[in-house]
Amino acid sequence: MDVFNAVIQVLDSTVRLSVPLLLACLAGLYSERAGIFDIGLEGKMLVGAFAGAAAASVFHSALLGLGMAILISVAFALVHGFASITHRGNQIVSGVAINFIAAGSTIILGQAWFQQGGRTPALGPGERFDAIVWPGADAVRNVPVIGPIYAELISGHSILVYLAFLMVPFTWWVLFRTRFGLRLRAVGENPAAVDTAGISVAWLRYRALICTGVLTGVAGAYLSMVQNGGFVKDMTAGKGYIALAALIFAKWKPVNAMFACLLFGFLDAAAIRLQGSPLPIIGKVPVQFMQALPYILTVILLAGFIGKAIPPRAGGVPYVKER
Amino acid sequence: MAQAAIELNGINKSFGAVRANRDINLEITRGTIHGIVGENGAGKSTLMSILYGFYQADSGEIRVGGKPASIKTPNDAIALGIGMVHQHFMLVDNFSVLENVILGAESDALLKKSIAKARSELNRLEREYGLDVDPDAIVEELPVGLQQRVEILKALYRGAEILILDEPTGVLTPAEADHLFRILRQLKEQGKTVVLITHKLREIMAITDTVSVMRQGTMVATRETKKTTVEELAELMVGRRVLLRVEKGEAAAGAVKLSVKNLTVRDTRGVTMVDDISFEVRAGEIVGIAGVAGNGQSELLEAISGIRRAVSGSVMLDGKPIDLTGAADPGELRDRGLAHVPEDRHHVGLVLAFEENENSILGYHDDPRYLKGPFLNIDAIRDDARDKIAKYDIRPGDCRLKTANFSGGNQQKIVLAREMEQDPGVLIVGQPTRGVDVGAIEFIHKRLIAMRDQGKAVLVVSVELDEIRSLSDRILVMFAGRIVGERGPETTEGELGLLMAGVEHQEAAL
Amino acid sequence: MSTPYAKLPAWADYGLIPLINLLVAFIVAGFVVVLVGENPFRAAIILVEGAFGKGTGIAFTLFYATTFIFTGLSVAVAAHCGLFNIGTEGQAYIAGLGIAIVCLSFDTVLPWWLTFPLAIAASALVGALWALIPAYLQAKRGSHIVITTIMFNFIAASIMVYLLVGPLKPAASQAPQTRNFLAGAELPKLNWIIELFGAKIRSAPLNVTFLLALVMAFLVWLLIWRTRLGYEMRTYGHSPKAARYAGISETRIIITAMMISGALAGMMALNPVMGDQHNVAIDFVSGAGFVGIAVALMGRLHPIGIVLAAILFGMLYQGGAELAFEMPAISRDMIVIIQGLVILFAGALEHMFRPYVQALFASFNPRSVGMEAVKEKGA
Repeated sequence: MDVFNAVIQVLDSTVRLSVPLLLACLAGLYSERAGIFDIGLEGKMLVGAFAGAAAASVFHSALLGLGMAILISVAFALVHGFASITHRGNQIVSGVAINFIAAGSTIILGQAWFQQGGRTPALGPGERFDAIVWPGADAVRNVPVIGPIYAELISGHSILVYLAFLMVPFTWWVLFRTRFGLRLRAVGENPAAVDTAGISVAWLRYRALICTGVLTGVAGAYLSMVQNGGFVKDMTAGKGYIALAALIFAKWKPVNAMFACLLFGFLDAAAIRLQGSPLPIIGKVPVQFMQALPYILTVILLAGFIGKAIPPRAGGVPYVKER
Repeated sequence: MAQAAIELNGINKSFGAVRANRDINLEITRGTIHGIVGENGAGKSTLMSILYGFYQADSGEIRVGGKPASIKTPNDAIALGIGMVHQHFMLVDNFSVLENVILGAESDALLKKSIAKARSELNRLEREYGLDVDPDAIVEELPVGLQQRVEILKALYRGAEILILDEPTGVLTPAEADHLFRILRQLKEQGKTVVLITHKLREIMAITDTVSVMRQGTMVATRETKKTTVEELAELMVGRRVLLRVEKGEAAAGAVKLSVKNLTVRDTRGVTMVDDISFEVRAGEIVGIAGVAGNGQSELLEAISGIRRAVSGSVMLDGKPIDLTGAADPGELRDRGLAHVPEDRHHVGLVLAFEENENSILGYHDDPRYLKGPFLNIDAIRDDARDKIAKYDIRPGDCRLKTANFSGGNQQKIVLAREMEQDPGVLIVGQPTRGVDVGAIEFIHKRLIAMRDQGKAVLVVSVELDEIRSLSDRILVMFAGRIVGERGPETTEGELGLLMAGVEHQEAAL
Repeated sequence: MSTPYAKLPAWADYGLIPLINLLVAFIVAGFVVVLVGENPFRAAIILVEGAFGKGTGIAFTLFYATTFIFTGLSVAVAAHCGLFNIGTEGQAYIAGLGIAIVCLSFDTVLPWWLTFPLAIAASALVGALWALIPAYLQAKRGSHIVITTIMFNFIAASIMVYLLVGPLKPAASQAPQTRNFLAGAELPKLNWIIELFGAKIRSAPLNVTFLLALVMAFLVWLLIWRTRLGYEMRTYGHSPKAARYAGISETRIIITAMMISGALAGMMALNPVMGDQHNVAIDFVSGAGFVGIAVALMGRLHPIGIVLAAILFGMLYQGGAELAFEMPAISRDMIVIIQGLVILFAGALEHMFRPYVQALFASFNPRSVGMEAVKEKGA
């Protein structure tokens, strides 16, 4: 039973740790499917986390915090759009810039406004999103097997967790069942076709980036208002990049994205769980190796040893009308 | 008197200092097929792009159906019943036909209804115009002719009354082109107006009611097709009588320089593009390869020049084998005296961001003449470039100017000068005069013939039948990756055309 | 008729436009300063005075600049070959390992002028090897180099943390770093050069690596514009198809360019490790690799521009330290914002002001904007 409980606990933290990855990964999916590379997911998450925690603690409202997280994150996404859509700048350069501006400004503004060394004040009840206990969760907790799965794994997460997982079918539906999705996929493959069909390439791509901004905002809010009770500097700690890796791993598909993020989340959870304790057969594994494992795996995946990821054809290329 | 579908009055459009359209006036009658001819760069496409709202005129007036129209975006054009089939198809390759048809014309925010509606509408169009395409097929899996049909369906689905086709037959076989013309005639019978942009006079004579000729951005004449001739149109297009044939003497073919045996090449998707081809090119002759674009000529050139790996077959250069299926690369072939003027000079033959002199050594940059140890010998490179500029009359004559600032003809001369001045034994040339102005065409043809007369083996691939016939001593026709026939230079266009269409019978008339 | 880049005079292209971009970046940064309740003009004055006001300030500015010259050159070399090396950070970090091995082995037996060349070789080699794998994957398997180099930054960081809290840490110590190097691995200072001009220097880490950086800047210029290899790299960078046509091996050129880029990144580690801290500590690169992106973009990938841009960023770092001291509301992270803004305006938005500048030039003198070239067309 100990092993079973340990597994449930690891899976539970897998879910918690995959949520920010999943939100950021789906965020990236909207922009990359529209033909805009976005390595600025990290930065947008970070400003989202900061804005969310800051607003929540000032206005004493989790919802206002979430709203602010989304607003600021979208604003950063629009900067990316301004550079890469309107001015046809290099999308990678623009993404790098956004990550820097986010990293610097959250610290500077955090310090200036709250004087806690770049932290925001700890969020109290009502200022953060609390866990939702599902009906009957406590009652069944002691039922063998099903009890813990229901009580720990399914019940007891914050609303943002459920939202993140609901975003997976929703994103699929948007992409493949709506007019917006059809156009979004088209503009990532052949913007000229969209242009000659009388649809504005720029406005379409801007809308895709707004979706990206909304989702990275929620991802950031999750970090600072659910996983942690406040903003800590650099709290995204590379999650934006892992999300990007997951997106490639998922071959730009929503359901795959969920599995990729769960895998990376699981690796993270296992690393924390196993910290310092020896594994059977392998023996003691350095913590740093476990931490580096998602990156190593991604490189192996990228090397094409497990299938080939073909990105949207117009990705990364600014659209220029040709005569 | 029939009503005008479109009237253009005083249209002007400039791109920077280039005046693409100057004071254009044009009237297109409803229910007719109206041809617009002109050379590459005469401004035809620009004019039509203005009509389709892709560009906006600097000045002038457009009237559609007698009413002044303001066409700022393709949407405005579509709303006015104007549809366009672009030269490069505007399709999303990995979408289905249905998805492509509804893109931008969806009936509401969800796709379900749009798709159902499009399906029944496609059915109707198929019945009315013989435009049959599987609505669920993925576009990239369709042959080019069918992809073009999808483009036409897209326009009709949007309710186009006026259909503009930009160089629609460039990628089609003669048979596919005939099918297209049948469709166009049917459209005309149903009262639609068709505008056909082309530089092929034969098509104009075959299908249009009226023809307008453009030259260097101006509209020089409009004629009733019945009352004009190919000769008159050609003269109007070019502005002066051009020698369709460059003077040349008899070929004195010598030893075999290049011999290709059973060569098979696949493209990146794994489709066999060159299928078991064998031929020879001798010293002192020009062999021309004719064919509709996309029948394997590009892949053949790439394989022979070492750019693309061949699947099987053997190639001998000067009697010695080269391993095109394995280790051979363009550098090695160059060292062995094979020079290559590629089809795509913008991305392959030249680096447009380089200075002219830097491009004049591309591919020969490891020649000791241009080096001092690991360093470039800048003085030698520039002197050499200046020599070539003088010899080939490249303008402007500044070897430090960025290559992008040269005109198409002069860019082509930069490539030709580089390859010819290496004194190669074998010269292979892809589309020698594509996008090149008339004056330069003559110059380039003369140079190629001079190469032949110096005893070089020259292989020319061109989609321009005139060019092939005027240059070649022997003509090979490629169709679907195979050589389907060899003919002499006096063969009629009609016969070559049939061969290019894969029709092996010789007697059939046009 | 692709992109309408009308020609501007070279001085406008390489001087005026970067300057305008930089100015805008600073104006936006100024707004951030206002937002935290400080006076941006006073901040600017403190910044410049801190960087150039005193001899010590100048020495520190050039010390930081040294680091950025290396990382800027690293990014630029890869960029000339059409590759975006975001892995400069990790390549520099892991190169610290090479330097550590050399210094810990020889600092007791060799004088600095023998240790130094060994350390240069070791840092360049390790940096190059760390760039080799992403380069190979890009060349052979088509793995996007931007993503793989990002991943390699994280992997490098994990390795270094593992080594610095474990095997490389002296048993008696708590700090995650190697033991301090002895005199045989300490590089001589260059402060006397500044003192020649009469300035006083208390203590500043400016050292001989600065000269190495200048030499490397010259060598990179030579490489890119005067050698066959550089020609091949530029050809590939502009057009991979043309490179294939010219018989340039894609694999070889990608791997060579990335290894040179990695070697330059690796050499960056010499400056803080042997010139200043005299040990290898956790996170000693502290973002200098990313600054390299800003420096390379700002310097328009030209070594002269890169040296100038590196000095500018050196000034920001040194002046920024002073600024943090004088204005408590502003920490050194202000520099990170400025860095981001410079990358945004000099990189992603580099052409934003171009049309205006062109219009301005055209109104003065139409011929200066390259109208002749267009007129000659069709000849």
